[in-house]
Amino acid sequence: MYVAVKGGERAIDAAHEWLAEERRGDLGVAELSVPQIRAQLALAVNRVMAEGSLYDPDLAALAIKQARGDLIEAVFLIRAYRTTLPRFGSSRPVETGCMAVIRRISATFKDLPGGQVLGPTFDYTHRLLDFALMAEGEAPSPAPCASVHQGEAQAQVPHVTAFLNRDGLIQTETPSNATPPDLTREPMELPSTRPLRLQALTRGDEGFVLSLAYSTQRGYGRTHAFVGELRIGMVAVKMDIPELGFAVDIGEIELTECETVNQFTGSKTEPPQFTRGYGLVFGQSERKAISMSLVDRALRWKELGEDFIGAPAQDEEFVLMHADNVQATGFLEHIKLPHYVDFQSELELIRRLRSEATAAKEAAE
Amino acid sequence: MTDQAYNFAYLDEQTKRMIRRAILKGIAVPGYQVPFASREMPMPYGWGTGGVQVTAACLTPDDTLKVIDQGADDTTNAVSIRKFFQRTAGVAVTEATVDASIIQTRHRIPEAALTEGQILVYQVPIPEPLRFLEPRETETRKMHELEEYGLMHVKLYEDIARHGTIATSYAYPVKVEGRYVMDPSPIPKFDNPKLSDNPAIQLFGAGREQRIYALPPHTRVVSLDFDDHPFVASKADHDCDLCGAPESYLDEVITDDQGGRMFVCSDTDFCQSRRAAGHVGRLGMPKMAPPPHPSPTRGEGGVLMSAETSPPPGGEGLWVGGHLPEPEEAAQ
Repeated sequence: MYVAVKGGERAIDAAHEWLAEERRGDLGVAELSVPQIRAQLALAVNRVMAEGSLYDPDLAALAIKQARGDLIEAVFLIRAYRTTLPRFGSSRPVETGCMAVIRRISATFKDLPGGQVLGPTFDYTHRLLDFALMAEGEAPSPAPCASVHQGEAQAQVPHVTAFLNRDGLIQTETPSNATPPDLTREPMELPSTRPLRLQALTRGDEGFVLSLAYSTQRGYGRTHAFVGELRIGMVAVKMDIPELGFAVDIGEIELTECETVNQFTGSKTEPPQFTRGYGLVFGQSERKAISMSLVDRALRWKELGEDFIGAPAQDEEFVLMHADNVQATGFLEHIKLPHYVDFQSELELIRRLRSEATAAKEAAE
Repeated sequence: MTDQAYNFAYLDEQTKRMIRRAILKGIAVPGYQVPFASREMPMPYGWGTGGVQVTAACLTPDDTLKVIDQGADDTTNAVSIRKFFQRTAGVAVTEATVDASIIQTRHRIPEAALTEGQILVYQVPIPEPLRFLEPRETETRKMHELEEYGLMHVKLYEDIARHGTIATSYAYPVKVEGRYVMDPSPIPKFDNPKLSDNPAIQLFGAGREQRIYALPPHTRVVSLDFDDHPFVASKADHDCDLCGAPESYLDEVITDDQGGRMFVCSDTDFCQSRRAAGHVGRLGMPKMAPPPHPSPTRGEGGVLMSAETSPPPGGEGLWVGGHLPEPEEAAQ
């Protein structure tokens, strides 16, 4: 009967076969295609691209299909693929000021240059199940909207925070041309820098970053954030080609950018001034971008001379070490692997301690 | 994508070079945790990604690889990792400790003495021995820098004050060459003495935590203790029920719901070799019957069941998912 966890090889093969069968599901139902996922589950695709740190909607859609809709598993598939890709260069920083916006809102100004563009948002939908979607056949498709659809390449959509900055009301970011560190190529060292923190946050788990941001709103490291601006749209990715001597567009990516304006009462070193938090995420990922900017702001306490009140969102090591869902899920789930050698040693220890305790008790009686 | 799309042993050469540098640094400073840019691997963190990366960086086409988990070659994860390297590196594999040039392990050191030229690669979940005393990496690195290990001794002392003994039975902390306190990975403390003065190179890889550390051959490794409470390597107070070995680390296997249990070597290769050499334990059979299954250790099950009066266990924990006992096996 000594068969515990034996026959591992056959078990693994059988498990994989079963998994493939389960993934396909009922053969009477048409198979889901990758283009369908890409087109119709676009927000899931966005999340997988953002947390997988790889902008490729087709591969993200494939990963979602392969992972049976488990997005963290899909992120993992993308990460494991991404890490094998060669790096042949870096792009120029993208110009979000030149974004072809499909959505752009400010919560701090009623109207502003560039306008408020509501765009495709769930914000004002009533969350009532639309049974028409469930019925066979599509609901009658609405007439394609005319003007802003797919975002017109507007010449320039200025950033809201720039208006405030003109009056010196908001803290200025120090421009830097330093090459940012690459989280995926160098081990994380603490204390870290803001570029590294932003990198970790943008690929961090949406749920984790959301909860941290929420905790700051509820008083654990309060930063009083206003959404100065939230914009979504396509930006061109430019790369310097040494042979040509100038930069060329190598593609377009969809981004969500969020800048928060935060109250700031001033400190020993700084007069009262608004401060900023920043979020930038692949695809249409508003919740993540807003969360990211709140957490970014909370993490800046040291730089802005604020007090550390022990809030989790202020704690760089806590945030950065636990934001990655591929790491978290791996370590969490590994406890289902066999641990019987360790457990055996614990068994022996407990037995010995108990027998000693019992003996001592009997001796006392 | 075909397997040819990947480099030998999966990782690209640049990455291997980075890992080898970390390994060399680790060997130069025994017990020191070297940060390295761990990659995402095609298996999850916690499944041995650190060990797999170290193995990938060490493998050459001429190597012979052995992979064990809990001492056994045929546990699911050991099978999976061995398959991974067979597929991506095409190296020879073995279950015999003596034949292996690289052994990747989780939670055990093989019973058979290792020899010069062998590499033992450990999978490490939490490389920091001070982690559960101080959760902050910034703090623990400083403690190592300053050789400030008082906290650890206080913890061990508190154990003695409370339990009369040091209540750590695995991942028992050690001191390397009188300098760094090191986590030997979650091996039972029974294995700790084998860490010291070992002729093999011992490499430790922690993928998620991005750390590599090492023990070069013949490094002095001391398990932490006190003069009046010396370290004791402990194991179940039994001999192996299959091969009769009194000196090997044993797994306890529950055989029925009446409290029946047996003790068997956790190191399957060690047990197998002893039985092949004619050693017989309390429940073993003097001569091995022709195995009804290609896997020799599985065949053992059938033989034993006929020798024992207790019914075979039906609990699902004992049968691997997807593999149910064949009728004739169960019937025996």
